Amino acid sequence: MHRKTLCAMALAVAWSAPLSVRAQDAELGKIRDEIRQMKEAYEKRIEALEKRLQETEAKAGQAADSAAQAESTARAADTASQTAVQASSRPAAENVLNPGISAILNGVYSNLQQDPNAYRINGFVPTLGDVGPGRRGLSLGESELGFTANIDQVFRGSLIASISPDDSHIDVEEGYIQTLGLSNGFTVKAGRFFSAVGYQNQIHAHAWDFTDAPLAMKAFLGNQLNDDGVQVKWIAPTDLYFDVGMELARGRAFPATSGGGNKNGFGAGSLFTHLGGDIGSSLAWQTGLSYLATSPQNRAYADLDSTGTSVTDSFSGDSRLWVVDGVLKWAPNGNPTTNNFKLQGEYFRRNENGALTYDTQAASLGTQSGSYRSRQSGWYLQGVYQFAPMWRVGYRYDQLNAGATGIGLVNTGALTAADFPILAGYNPKRDTWMIDWSPSEFSRLRLQFARDYSRMGFTDNQIFLQYIVSMGAHGAHQF
Amino acid sequence: MKHASKVFLAVVLAVLAAPAFAALNVFACEPEWAALAGELGGDKVNVYAATTALQDAHHIEARPSLIARARSADLLICSGSELEIGWVPLLLTQAGNSRIQPGSPGYLEASQFVQRIEIPKVVDRSLGDIHPAGNPHVHTDPRNIARVAEVLTQRLAQLDPADAEVFKARAESFKTRWQGAIARWEKEGARLKGVPVVVFHKDLSYFLRWMGMNEVGSLEPRPGIPPTPAHLAELVEQMKRAPARVIVYSPYNDAKAAQFLSERTGIPAALMPFTVGGTDKAKDLVGLFDDTIARLLAVVK
Repeated sequence: MHRKTLCAMALAVAWSAPLSVRAQDAELGKIRDEIRQMKEAYEKRIEALEKRLQETEAKAGQAADSAAQAESTARAADTASQTAVQASSRPAAENVLNPGISAILNGVYSNLQQDPNAYRINGFVPTLGDVGPGRRGLSLGESELGFTANIDQVFRGSLIASISPDDSHIDVEEGYIQTLGLSNGFTVKAGRFFSAVGYQNQIHAHAWDFTDAPLAMKAFLGNQLNDDGVQVKWIAPTDLYFDVGMELARGRAFPATSGGGNKNGFGAGSLFTHLGGDIGSSLAWQTGLSYLATSPQNRAYADLDSTGTSVTDSFSGDSRLWVVDGVLKWAPNGNPTTNNFKLQGEYFRRNENGALTYDTQAASLGTQSGSYRSRQSGWYLQGVYQFAPMWRVGYRYDQLNAGATGIGLVNTGALTAADFPILAGYNPKRDTWMIDWSPSEFSRLRLQFARDYSRMGFTDNQIFLQYIVSMGAHGAHQF
Repeated sequence: MKHASKVFLAVVLAVLAAPAFAALNVFACEPEWAALAGELGGDKVNVYAATTALQDAHHIEARPSLIARARSADLLICSGSELEIGWVPLLLTQAGNSRIQPGSPGYLEASQFVQRIEIPKVVDRSLGDIHPAGNPHVHTDPRNIARVAEVLTQRLAQLDPADAEVFKARAESFKTRWQGAIARWEKEGARLKGVPVVVFHKDLSYFLRWMGMNEVGSLEPRPGIPPTPAHLAELVEQMKRAPARVIVYSPYNDAKAAQFLSERTGIPAALMPFTVGGTDKAKDLVGLFDDTIARLLAVVK
């Protein structure tokens, strides 16, 4: 461009020259010759320049493209300039470095045959979290606010807060930092995060295929386990996906003690490993095995004893949980747009050994303590099929096995089994059906029907009509 | 015992050291970039294509197999401009691989190196699945591929300096063949200039612009939103007033909507390979454009 201007100026000078020479007749011929020579010389140069310009244009297609090409060469040459060029094409506002912000809203209409306030899973120690089916009628679910960004070249940070609609308190659902590229397949996470125990535990509730968690997650993980801790994970350098990892955590939530104990060190530890891969282009699979060990101290829960008094009992001892999980996804040629199918299942097994204290508040028959031992298990299997773009149907079967629970106080005859009604042997079951419609990947409407046999002697027919939407930064969901 | 631990140590060392001697591992998000990496790298690269022509790169899950491949990659090449936003960020955070993080030479977003078109003036999700950085399907204009080839050659040379000369020589050879092919395509496709066309998704915009074709409608009511009966009815009406000459769709699209419109309007529907492997004849990059133009010429008489 610059060169073109110079040429134009030279040309102007060359053409305007004759006007000034006309006045001087004497040297006219001589000057004319000179000018002609100059003109010819300039014309030649201009011609050459034009030719070069045309060549460049032909090569690059268009002038604008050639600018882009120059830009590309400059970028490739040096990473620093890369960022500069990239930045110049974006608005130079203060907020360009804002983290990715997202908000998840969900609301539900629930029609519950049984009183949700009396919800319990018979045969199983009540967990500390709220595992019930929620409120009856219309209610706003927990709203989620998420902030995610690379902190620098070393760390990535993520904060997900959930805002409870009723008492307006804000919970930190996840708040962690994660290494960005330790290389050799290592990743370290620190903070509060959903534990890698099991499969669905790591997935945010808004991305679940059903409105609520499987019974096994409710009974063994208190709905969903997010602890404060450190996670180290290593991925093997193989084409078949293989990872192993470990978590050390405070033990702030079920199956550990609420809030965690007042002690140094760790209150919970877990190990996990996964294998995964593809079968052809239409099938993808992943299996996992995980182990969670905690030592709850005075893990309290409420029960109704044989006198009909509400008492607080508590457990201290060891809790060991094993989870085997598997997921299989099918999409024709790996393209899930029209049809796809997902099969998912988990098997949980928990052993608890320690002491059970009856009536810690001495509200009824007086505080007494004895041994406690339980071996319990549970599993679920669910399938979700997308039968047309936007439309999916799903079915889930849940079953828990209370197993044999040994309560020392009952065995010695100090108390009777009627003093621990919630621990009485029972195998809860549930059938769940759902259909959902997702006009885009950012919104979903779901209708779910469940027949829940969690409570001994009661059938709870549950209907949920739910919406879940996400706004802001585009989320990326785990497999 | 001692012997066993020695063997184990040797195996571990071999596994850790292996990448240092092996060819560069290239993780290509789309088949076109895998093909380009193959052209430029030859046997000095191991190329893995994360998707096929039958898959929609917008909607891919971060499958275990992809994480495993990303973990061993020395170079990741993707279209970028948020095309892979639903899965590549997860691969990057899960794989524990510093070589392919944004900002390192092993991270290459092809669309960053070409002039993007269709950069939306208004960015709002009610407008569909739009890309604030512009249309990401840059490879459908072969001149863009030529530009990305230059950048990719430099990156390959940077990551594997020992084979830099090989990459340069291959790049020169590719460039010569490619420029010749572009000239040929432009000549062959001259007849397509100004031809009105209905697309399925706006994934051929660069190609249409290059050929001087005229996009008059799309089967998707909004980018990324599947065709709806109401929108198809509108298109039928529109085609009655001002008919297009061809309806194009890609292998990962649902062909039914294109065929529906074709039956209602009598306008031929043509499957475009879209990327390498999209049709039998689109075996490589040259085949991709050969077949695209041939298929269009066959219906635009």
